[in-house]
Amino acid sequence: MPKPFLSIERLTQKYPDGQGGTQTVFENASFGIEKGEFVCILGHSGCGKSTIMNILAGLSEPTTGAVTMDGLEVSGPSLDRGVVFQNYSLLPWLSALKNVTFGVKARNRDWSADRVETHARDFLAKVGLEGDVVHRKPSQLSGGMRQRVSIARAFANQPKLLLLDEPFGALDALTRGSIQEELLKVWSGTEQTVFMITHDIDEAILLADRILLMTNGPFARVAESVEITIPRPRRRTEIVEHPNYYAIRNHLVHFLGQRSKEMAGQQGDDADQRPETVRIDIVNPAKPDGENTSVPLRAVNE
Amino acid sequence: MLDSLSVNKRAALLSIVMLVVGLLIWEAAIPAQQAVGELTEYERLTGGGAQKAGVPPPSQVAVKAWQELSNPFYDAGPNDKGIGIQIGYSIYRVLAGYVLAALIAIPFGFLIGMSSVAYKAFNPFIQVLRPISPLAWMPLALFIIQDSEASAIFVIFICSIWPMLLNTAFGVAGVREDWVNVARTHELGPFKTAFTVILPAAAPTIVTGMRISIGIAWLVIVAAEMLVGGTGIGYYVWNEWNNLDLTSVIFSILMIGVVGMLLDSIFGVLQRAVAYVE
Repeated sequence: MPKPFLSIERLTQKYPDGQGGTQTVFENASFGIEKGEFVCILGHSGCGKSTIMNILAGLSEPTTGAVTMDGLEVSGPSLDRGVVFQNYSLLPWLSALKNVTFGVKARNRDWSADRVETHARDFLAKVGLEGDVVHRKPSQLSGGMRQRVSIARAFANQPKLLLLDEPFGALDALTRGSIQEELLKVWSGTEQTVFMITHDIDEAILLADRILLMTNGPFARVAESVEITIPRPRRRTEIVEHPNYYAIRNHLVHFLGQRSKEMAGQQGDDADQRPETVRIDIVNPAKPDGENTSVPLRAVNE
Repeated sequence: MLDSLSVNKRAALLSIVMLVVGLLIWEAAIPAQQAVGELTEYERLTGGGAQKAGVPPPSQVAVKAWQELSNPFYDAGPNDKGIGIQIGYSIYRVLAGYVLAALIAIPFGFLIGMSSVAYKAFNPFIQVLRPISPLAWMPLALFIIQDSEASAIFVIFICSIWPMLLNTAFGVAGVREDWVNVARTHELGPFKTAFTVILPAAAPTIVTGMRISIGIAWLVIVAAEMLVGGTGIGYYVWNEWNNLDLTSVIFSILMIGVVGMLLDSIFGVLQRAVAYVE
């Protein structure tokens, strides 16, 4: 089996528990992400989602295990892996535009100032920020607009992998809905690989090609990989009509509500903890001989 | 009628009223010198007719201020220089000591702010050196430097270094980790991170330290110049006291206040320029 584009192998994270022992957050977690895929990870607080995210970003080191991207081992942060943090992480003394050009300049050190600005404005326009708004400081923008700037900064850098750490967690439900659609719009115009943490089941179904489900910690693991068999382009209002929607949703709710607890705390036997692939498709059930006739998940350019 | 004025205008009006009332009370409280003709023979014989030293009324101070300010830069020998020249000397000493202190305190504060080991290692020394009255360094400075001018500058240096050093270290250490992570994920080198992320993030705290320092430096220069003598506004105050010219003393006290306010307001402008809202 060829290695996937992003390969997480036998990742283990242990912390000292303050009483001389160690606490294992997750152990031997292994999974892969293909190029161009949009993968969401769902799990309860404390299962180590953010730790995995920080390891992928290169901001922290796992106790053991390795991450490889495009055949190279991940060590330290890199422009190839862009991050959108939950609290936006915009630099408050810079305007929206300058926050984006900050990233573009770091990525393309040989570009002229004009080119940097045009590129930054293009990406701000893609998330709906145009005109005088781009000259405002983050404190003069609403939470939704700030996160749009943050997304524009990340996409403008065209990283090989985009990491989104609960990007909409701090937003109200209505704003969240419109930004999710902005995100889909920006993403569908690119070949961007995205890995996103979320707490919101509906958000994950709307956005993802695949959802990774984590059991509760300690000894959390990525238990399942659920394919989202709803064709793109997706709209929030339309996907709920799709026959697969509630089948998938029910599976996820059931996992998070019950099985994530039942499966928690099981110490592994040093085996690779690979997620089991789950495919729920009422419209195109997989043929018994394994031949797959489903529609391609990825819609190119809308 | 007052209700129609803005808050600022009403406050300004009240300030003027307080000033006028204060000056009138001061003027009225100073007893007039008795004319020679009204004195008894005995009083005249015991020197009652001579000018008595006393706190001058504000009108006299105003006349003095007008004389001094209309020709601030005259120089009629070591003991008779215009107020502008005296203040100029003081500002020169303050700025020389202050700039030297800033050149050391800000980079050094940056380094100890970045490293918690360095911060903890230097902290005991800073805590012992900081509360020392700057004038206590004066004898040592005079002995080692052997130059009163340079000693005064050294005293300014030593008193203005601490607030800048501590505030820079505190500001740098308190930069939000998210912002540093933004720099890290954008692969900025240490210098680029320092100048484009940490410096602007810590700038409000650093400028606050600089503002405190310039205030302290201006307080200390008066005392330092009283000790070293020769020139400067502190020397001028002491010299006029020795001349028993209280009008000049009061006038120079007011000038010290005005210059201190101007220095502070320069840093107020700077503070607004680097401020940001999270």
